[in-house]
Amino acid sequence: MTKQTYERPFIQKLNTGTMNKFGTRTEYTPVTQIDGVPVKKIIEEYGSPCFVISEKTIRKTYKDALRAFKTRYPKVQFAWSYKTNYLNSVCNIFHQEGSWAEVVSIFEYEKALNNGVPGNKIIFNGPEKSRADLQKAVENESLIHIDHFDELYELTDLMKNIDKKARVAIRVNMDTGVYPIWDRFGFNYENGQAWNAINKIMSQEKLDLVGLHCHIGTYMLSANAYSIAAWKLCDLASHIRNKWSKTLQYIDLGGGFCSANTLKGSYLQGADIIPTMDDYAEAITSTVLNFGFKANELPTIILETGRALIDDAGWLLGSVVATKRLSDGRRATILDFGVNLLFTSFWYNHKISPAQEFSFHSEEMVLYGPLCMNIDVIRENISLPLLNKNDHVVVHRVGAYNMTQWMQFIHMRPKIVLIDMEGKTHVVREHETFETMNRYEKNPAHLKEFSI
Amino acid sequence: MDKKKITVAVTGLNNIDSPGPGIPVIRALKESRYFEVRIIGLSYETLEPGLYMHDLVDKSYQIPMPSAGTATLYERLAYIQDKEHIDVLIPNFDAELYNFIKLSDKLKYELGIKTFLPTLEQFEERHKSVLYEFGEKNEVKVPFSKMLFNVTEINDLKNEFTYPLVVKGKYYDASIAATPEQAVNYFYKISAKWGLPIIIQEFVSGNEVNVTAIGDGKGSCIGAVPMRKLYITDKGKAWAGISLGDEQLIEITNRVIGNSKWKGGCELEFIKTKEGEYYLLEMNPRFPAWVYLSVGCGQNHPESLVKLALEESVEPFQNYQTGKMFVRYSYDQIVDIEEFEKISTQGEL
Amino acid sequence: MEINKNIAISDSGFIFNPTSGDSFSTNHIGMKVIHFLKEGQTPDHIITSITEEFDVEAQVVEKDLQDFFQMLENYQLIISHG
Repeated sequence: MTKQTYERPFIQKLNTGTMNKFGTRTEYTPVTQIDGVPVKKIIEEYGSPCFVISEKTIRKTYKDALRAFKTRYPKVQFAWSYKTNYLNSVCNIFHQEGSWAEVVSIFEYEKALNNGVPGNKIIFNGPEKSRADLQKAVENESLIHIDHFDELYELTDLMKNIDKKARVAIRVNMDTGVYPIWDRFGFNYENGQAWNAINKIMSQEKLDLVGLHCHIGTYMLSANAYSIAAWKLCDLASHIRNKWSKTLQYIDLGGGFCSANTLKGSYLQGADIIPTMDDYAEAITSTVLNFGFKANELPTIILETGRALIDDAGWLLGSVVATKRLSDGRRATILDFGVNLLFTSFWYNHKISPAQEFSFHSEEMVLYGPLCMNIDVIRENISLPLLNKNDHVVVHRVGAYNMTQWMQFIHMRPKIVLIDMEGKTHVVREHETFETMNRYEKNPAHLKEFSI
Repeated sequence: MDKKKITVAVTGLNNIDSPGPGIPVIRALKESRYFEVRIIGLSYETLEPGLYMHDLVDKSYQIPMPSAGTATLYERLAYIQDKEHIDVLIPNFDAELYNFIKLSDKLKYELGIKTFLPTLEQFEERHKSVLYEFGEKNEVKVPFSKMLFNVTEINDLKNEFTYPLVVKGKYYDASIAATPEQAVNYFYKISAKWGLPIIIQEFVSGNEVNVTAIGDGKGSCIGAVPMRKLYITDKGKAWAGISLGDEQLIEITNRVIGNSKWKGGCELEFIKTKEGEYYLLEMNPRFPAWVYLSVGCGQNHPESLVKLALEESVEPFQNYQTGKMFVRYSYDQIVDIEEFEKISTQGEL
Repeated sequence: MEINKNIAISDSGFIFNPTSGDSFSTNHIGMKVIHFLKEGQTPDHIITSITEEFDVEAQVVEKDLQDFFQMLENYQLIISHG
């Protein structure tokens, strides 16, 4: 006789505090597979925790986004935001789809070159570019997006010794009705700073102003803000056209589109309140189309959206280390991944699903990571089935920023596995080992030995 | 005439001392001369009094909290619809409306559940933070207001406002500040609770008058009944009120509903100044808890809403009785624990 | 350890304590455990019964029961002596 499946005994007081979803009959849809590959098998083969990336999801999300813009506007170019996820395999999926590279440091710049991106299809953003970085970008004919006057002067000075023209744009910050304004990057539109910078660039023979750039914020819940931003960039472009008869090649609206993750403090679910890619596309393209450019002078629209293109394609698989009861009676579950791997849990209430079937009972719990640090909390409060030690869980939408902002703190970083279009798995980044960390350390001779 | 048999689902069964509009809406529908209504109650909590009012509510189901999102809500409604064949659904809570509006097409075309709700644009444009623009657009006076994102902006208020002024939270809370120092205090206090922005509003003194109304979404105001609160609980809710014969107020209401092409029920809150001017303070995107007064005055607004949802033709009401009063009371129901057990463990009653 | 004999437990897992007025819900195993307690079974016996019927190690049940008894005690459903 086969024995029945065990579930730990559970009791909860009724009508104290808030109700769970519907009575006690909560249904949780377990996530048992990703792109057809069982979660259990991935963990068996690659260990727990483990990041998983779906190539299928990346390509589909990208194609949908491109379609949203291309059906509305003739000239659209995406540039993959390296900082969002700069795994070579991820970058190359985007490059295969036609994306340029958008980088914000010389490290990312070299990564893009190394991936085979032609220099003239790399956009170099960010507030920190050294003289050597700028020189390299000029030589490779990359697009340099100038962030401040010091950089502009540095570049002007550098160009004295280079027999070439630098292709540049400026980053513009502005009031789009969304606050706080990101005025720490770029030149301000409203107070004339941007126009001033443009005048300085236009007076320099060796600086070729080819475009204008802005990046108005992150997780932008208002598509209309992009319409305002596009209008302001178009306004500058038309002033340039009027004063110098120069037609800009592009306007770059940056990124900031939302993914469907739910921000902490948001009452409603992220998926329900964010604008769709079509909303963003409509806001931007209709503004540019209606601005009054001649048909042959329409600028290319460049987009550097990162989060919205990659978040859905990433999962983090993990396991329950222990369950315990806190002194106030709350249930606590300790997982084998924490804020060291899931940096975004500082600002998202990540959706987390069990990876195996459970009964309909659920309990409120706090989810902790494995770090011996009080800040290591993945969810302050979540209702999940009666998890046991060694059960698996799946965190949704972790593709953006986690695989770049993760830290080697207390624990080593785990493997990243890519599921390709055919459902085959590939390790795209190996897990770190003791040796990974130890090899960079140098121990002075007098500190080599001790006896305790 | 045989009454038309229909099934209507209603939320807001929390008929407590700060009541939801569910039970008043149900009473209005039960008294319809046109429909014979079977009522499906939808509740969030197991002790919402309406759950246990079996003469008004025929069957009840728990539904997920709005914060669970539309996907979970849809799944639950699909389960309920499988058993109940709901014709029309009337949500009655501010917090749940966003989700129901988002789902309204899906409910209609996939489940056959009809709603009659404002569009998302209408829902958004009457929010407190943008009400001033709403007023300008729809030709109704709204106290001048401004959003603040930083406490230092209070210094500059003297250029645009005179003290006292009202400091309001994004969702709830309002305090009257007589000095900039008080304004700073309230700014901190309210923003700690409801976040930013803080809304600064011109202080308008006078009598508060409210209107319950319904628009057909095409620019007609189907009905409107104004009321003045006579007796207020410590939570600021009307415990008794009286219908007013105020043509100017009806005219303003017609204009707001007409210009905004408001779709569905709503409550308009006004201040009437000593000079006889009306200022719109708030527009709630659903019926108020005192909507049953409209029935008492000869305008059955919930019935009209159901007709509109069923795409039947509805003529605007021409008049209503003034001087009708409502006096609320509370009532202790006796309930067997088996009933509480059923709703608690099965989510159905 | 003694369970409060007055408590009523229904097939749906609904528990009502008439002494305190509190009500609770429990799952299938929770119901079993409470029935065992009502019959006056010892924790050791309960562990054996559960491992015979369910696919689980005794040591897991022991840990889970410890937590469950703690909750029952917090909810004043059992009186533990000493």
